[in-house]
Amino acid sequence: MSPAQVEILAIAVVTAAGCALVGTFLMLRRLAMLSDAISHAILPGIVVAFFLTGDLASPWLIIAAALTGLLTVVLVEMLTRTRRLKEDAAMGLVFPALFSLGIVLITRYAGHVHLDVDAVLLGELAFAPFDRLVVGGTDLGPRHLWLMGTITLLNAGLVTVFFKELKLATFDAGLAASLGLAPALIHYGLMALVSVTAVGAFDAVGLVLVVALMIGPAAAAYLLTDRLHILLLLAVGLGALSAALGFGAAIALDASIAGCMAVAVGVVFMGVFLVAPGRGLVAEMRRRRRQKWEFARIMLTIHLVQHEGQPEEDEESRMEHLHGGHVGWTPEFTARVVAESLDRKLVTAHGDRLRLTPEGRTLAGQALSGTLT
Amino acid sequence: MIDLLTGLVTDYTLRTVALGSAALGLVSGALGAFAVLRRQSLLGDAVSHAALPGIVLAYMLTGARTPLVLVLGAALAGWAASLVVMLVTRTTRIKIDTALGLVLSTFFGLGLVLLSIVQRSSGAGQAGLDRFLFGQAAALVGDDLVTMTVLGALVLVALMLLWKEFKLLSFDPAFAGAMGLPVRLLDIGLTTLLVIAIVIGLQTVGVVLMSAMIVAPAAAARQWTDHLGRLVALSGFFGAVSGLTGAILSSLVPHLPTGPTIILVVTAVTILSLFLAPRRGLLAARVRKFRQRRQLQAERVLTDLYRLAAQHPEPAEAPHAVPVLRTMTSPSGVRRCLARLSDMGLAVPDPDGRWRLTPAGVDRARDILGGDA
Repeated sequence: MSPAQVEILAIAVVTAAGCALVGTFLMLRRLAMLSDAISHAILPGIVVAFFLTGDLASPWLIIAAALTGLLTVVLVEMLTRTRRLKEDAAMGLVFPALFSLGIVLITRYAGHVHLDVDAVLLGELAFAPFDRLVVGGTDLGPRHLWLMGTITLLNAGLVTVFFKELKLATFDAGLAASLGLAPALIHYGLMALVSVTAVGAFDAVGLVLVVALMIGPAAAAYLLTDRLHILLLLAVGLGALSAALGFGAAIALDASIAGCMAVAVGVVFMGVFLVAPGRGLVAEMRRRRRQKWEFARIMLTIHLVQHEGQPEEDEESRMEHLHGGHVGWTPEFTARVVAESLDRKLVTAHGDRLRLTPEGRTLAGQALSGTLT
Repeated sequence: MIDLLTGLVTDYTLRTVALGSAALGLVSGALGAFAVLRRQSLLGDAVSHAALPGIVLAYMLTGARTPLVLVLGAALAGWAASLVVMLVTRTTRIKIDTALGLVLSTFFGLGLVLLSIVQRSSGAGQAGLDRFLFGQAAALVGDDLVTMTVLGALVLVALMLLWKEFKLLSFDPAFAGAMGLPVRLLDIGLTTLLVIAIVIGLQTVGVVLMSAMIVAPAAAARQWTDHLGRLVALSGFFGAVSGLTGAILSSLVPHLPTGPTIILVVTAVTILSLFLAPRRGLLAARVRKFRQRRQLQAERVLTDLYRLAAQHPEPAEAPHAVPVLRTMTSPSGVRRCLARLSDMGLAVPDPDGRWRLTPAGVDRARDILGGDA
């Protein structure tokens, strides 16, 4: 890889880490779509600050955009509180309006400057290495790397320091409030962090990738663990992995870098979704299959126990009866259930009659009394 | 104005743009009413972003820019996206907001990748596909209009044919299931209609902002009525008017992009509705609250007068002065309340400026105090 490519990859990985840290909390608070809303809605803030300062690198842009992000959250909450709109509709109303305002401002008044709509959406990761941070004549590296590095460190620092508070406010806001933790303050603090991260990242990687990096890695990690600190670390790792995979694909295909990284986020999620131990699709299917057979075996023991000692026992315990009579299984299904039940010593075969073992009788009893564990 | 009217009749481009935008607003407004009622406002956002790879892929595979082909590709991709959302939320613990954000960003990322490949291979011409990002009403031609109208008519006819079923599905899916309706199938059917409605608008409004055309007209219409039929009709009407106004504005004013302009118009319609609607409107609610407060204040003065008089041997002959009333439970504005009571014929002033209740006032006070009198 060329030095420029290394720098691009470094920017992407650092951005991924910063996004994953705040994105995880958004996901846990069921506010994932706020990442989409905020990252779109900050546009007018950036544009207005740009008009006022005339400098795309000005720190005022970040402050203005972060304020616009908070404004979005406040507007959505205000609309929801009128009780005239549901929260999802309020969100779907606010951010397209703010984004539209931003685009109209850009196309009408900034057509001639370096702030165009494509760059906002797609980012200009390929050009990021040309934008250097030079202090006193010394080249310190790409400006975006410094910017995103600072934001990511800020996120990591705040998440570490306020880990307990964030955790409690996320999982039990009521308890957090009664312990005097001010969940509202934590909420707005988090939203401010999301806005700042979105602003810093959008300039480097574009809106789409911001949303992908905030949500995707966190969602994938959520299928792998129940522990919050591991969730955060996994999300950061999966985000970095997605960025690296996407960058490789972009070089190979000579295609949009931000686009490829967003797709890589999706691919990584799909991979985890399919094979995650315990919670993935494969594991889920397997569990459902296992439960099906387990249930059938319990059915068999219950059927036998019901007729034990009754005059019709002889007839009801015949194997053919299970698919001929009122149990209604197919012959193949019956054969497998019986074979598995014999394996597990739930029943014994006497000619074509089945008889319960003590274990089988216990299982049926537990199932019938609802004490099965 | 006259110029505009003659323009609409004689100018082919203006007519096409106006009709196309009106058609898009009508269909998305009507279907959006259901989306908002079913709290699926943000599904529109995900589906419209997800349509991008479908459009580009359809172009890559067929090499044609026929509107029907592109629309079909968009619909398939949008449909696939909504199925992925259903799959992920049904099989894992990932919530709907996270699934929507994930699908939105990764599908859109794929669209950007494909777009960058098309743009590279076909040079500067780039097939004009990037107008799907923010829409370009001015580029609508007769073919587009025919496709939009036919598809839109199909969607509306399907909506009318299955009206009763969709109504039940939206308000009480459990009851619909108990009635024996195929709820899952109807759900997919209604979502499919929504996808088609979204896809119709993509050329004019663009994938980024189309979600607002689903949410805003419905949110506006919801303020004016509680009746589903009227809601859908009104929502379609608001959508059509906003589409028309926005498209005409953007074709008259230079450098005014179509999609964002339409969104700003429809947002304005929604905000006006929120404030001005007769019963649910915030202004009406404020007026109602104000009137109730005035009424309560007047009633308090009335009962004060009654109680004061009751302490005299001859209650009917015992008028009281304003300063005395002020010392009672009556709040400020005693004179205003007395004027109101006198208008209602419940109290009269004596020539010396003191006030007494009329017989009707005594009856009313007894009514209000009930058992306490």
